[in-house]
Amino acid sequence: MATEPEAAEPVVPSLVDRYFTRWYKPDVKGKFCEDHCILQHSNRICVITLAESHPVLQSGKTIKSISYQISTNCSRLQNKVSGKFKRGAQFLTELAPLCKIYCSDGEEYTVSSCVRGRLMEVNENILHKPSILQEKPSTEGYIAVVLPKFEESKSITEGLLTQKQYEEVMVKRINATTATS
Amino acid sequence: MFPLTEENKHVARLLLNTGTCPRCIFRFCGVDFHAPYKLPYKELLNELQKFLETEKDELILEVMNPPPKKIRLQELEDSIDNLSQNGEGRISVSQDGSIASKNSNLNVCNVCLGILQEFCEKDFIKKVCQKVEASGFEFTSLVFSVSFPPQLSVREHAAWLLVKQEMGKQSLSLGRDDIVQLKEAYKWITHPLFSEELGVPIDGKSLFEVSVVFAHPETVEDCHFLAAICPDCFKPAKNKQSVFTRMAVMKALNKIKEEDFLKQFPCPPNSPKAVCAVLEIECAHGAVFVAGRYNKYSRNLPQTPWIIDGERKLESSVEELISDHLLAVFKAESFNFSSSGREDVDVRTLGNGRPFAIELVNPHRVHFTSQEIKELQQKINNSSNKIQVRDLQLVTREAIGHMKEGEEEKTKTYSALIWTNKAIQKKDIEFLNDIKDLKIDQKTPLRVLHRRPLAVRARVIHSMETQYVDEHHFRLHLKTQAGTYIKEFVHGDFGRTKPNIGSLMNVTADILELDVESVDVDWPPALDD
Repeated sequence: MATEPEAAEPVVPSLVDRYFTRWYKPDVKGKFCEDHCILQHSNRICVITLAESHPVLQSGKTIKSISYQISTNCSRLQNKVSGKFKRGAQFLTELAPLCKIYCSDGEEYTVSSCVRGRLMEVNENILHKPSILQEKPSTEGYIAVVLPKFEESKSITEGLLTQKQYEEVMVKRINATTATS
Repeated sequence: MFPLTEENKHVARLLLNTGTCPRCIFRFCGVDFHAPYKLPYKELLNELQKFLETEKDELILEVMNPPPKKIRLQELEDSIDNLSQNGEGRISVSQDGSIASKNSNLNVCNVCLGILQEFCEKDFIKKVCQKVEASGFEFTSLVFSVSFPPQLSVREHAAWLLVKQEMGKQSLSLGRDDIVQLKEAYKWITHPLFSEELGVPIDGKSLFEVSVVFAHPETVEDCHFLAAICPDCFKPAKNKQSVFTRMAVMKALNKIKEEDFLKQFPCPPNSPKAVCAVLEIECAHGAVFVAGRYNKYSRNLPQTPWIIDGERKLESSVEELISDHLLAVFKAESFNFSSSGREDVDVRTLGNGRPFAIELVNPHRVHFTSQEIKELQQKINNSSNKIQVRDLQLVTREAIGHMKEGEEEKTKTYSALIWTNKAIQKKDIEFLNDIKDLKIDQKTPLRVLHRRPLAVRARVIHSMETQYVDEHHFRLHLKTQAGTYIKEFVHGDFGRTKPNIGSLMNVTADILELDVESVDVDWPPALDD
């Protein structure tokens, strides 16, 4: 028989914390505060998301639209993978753009891959309902799924910050802004 | 009764004088009943000589007489001379009363290279049987397989051309199928001997196989000229030791023109010095299968060994806890485990358990009473509290199919403990009880995407039943189509399974525990305890 849990259930780590490691890249492409968060699964798969500190996720922002068309010739929506070995995937470098986010205040943000690997899928749900990106940035509001090469699965995160390092960067950033103001 | 007739005399005489053994002579004369082949070698030789002796003088005349269109006439005469000397030697040996094998050693057949000589004798069969008995296999019948060196086919071909030519002179024809295959004759002689020695029948369908491999190093080069003539028959392949396989040689012999063959290969074939060598005598038992159902009571036990980068994550697994005992009892070489689906390391399998089957490769013990199997099951169950096994039984290879067939049509029931981020009341979950045959679309879960193709799979949640626990927890009993990823149906896998429990309830949901309550596959048959 299945055992019933005790009334006081211990706090269980979230789905993301159970299976993924969080890596951060601050100020992507030199753009202040445009921080990305990469969730790496223990099976090496990476989910590209926006870090909480990204301007798009700050209060008051409204997303007008999101586009995976990154140039006139290339749309991430055209990416198709087939078979166990995921043939046909678009290859991404760290700097490869994934999508553009257009906000109602006229600002435009580019989301980058941050890790080398092959594009498995993009999140079409955020096209139809951009608000999920703001409501659940680290789960349902993900940007894309990238599969790094097997032999690079450890090295791709070398230039990225750990959760602790990211938090330190955040503290410094707040201190700097309060100091200058 | 001696099997040859007047009609065979020319051929028999020609072959005997060119160094062919009596049994091969029978084969080329188309003797297709077993008894004559089984006579002792010495006796056969004497009878054959007696049969031919009367007209020995005529033979020489006849051979000398035909128009000298054959280039090999000189050769033929030479070999006749040699062999008639040997022939005398034979007689003297047999008069010495030496044993048959020694006797044949003196005169190795130029066609079978000793296969129908000493390798048909009781002494050799006894030697093979000693190996069989020492191997420790349990068997009630056996299949005997032999592998002859490929050059035997070349020699057989040469002898066939020779005999065909000789018969042509008498306006007789000889097709490929008119002669008795070496392997056939060898079986006729040896099978009864094996059967008698081991006390079990020879059965082509037996799972127990005794195989003997012969080689003849002295004549390996016999085949080589074929490669120059038919290079496309001899293409090197990775797993072949030599390009001269029996199949390739047979293919080339079918293609090669008779005149080309005769230019390249002596006909009759020359007499070898030694008989074949026995490369190996091996015994093997075909796989046997054991099936049953297992329960898994641990959330730290994977179904199969969990190894990442060559390192074990957990010390045991369901398949090892079961198979280790089976390997020991069946004295098998290795095993292959399969089951009707699988569960994650942290999922328990309760209820009647999950059907599984284990292939035991090369088992030395195969006969068990149902009582013994019951004891084996008890032994497995006593050795671990992490798993239990029931319905353990011997099954056929074919029956394993029942376990895998309809893997997707079958249903499975689960029990899941679910957490919600928002506080819930009983009424917030009751609507789930009314949902029937809910169609969901599941993208390949991220946790398995690295090793499975990316696809969207339609699955059906047949029914759900809720059990309220507290403000943030409830238990969900589900009946689903097999192949549904339950964890993903609960938490949604980043919105990649739609709909999911979270989206249905408009909360963030997570799964804390999962148990398989039943795997609805009615195989293997349930057994009484």
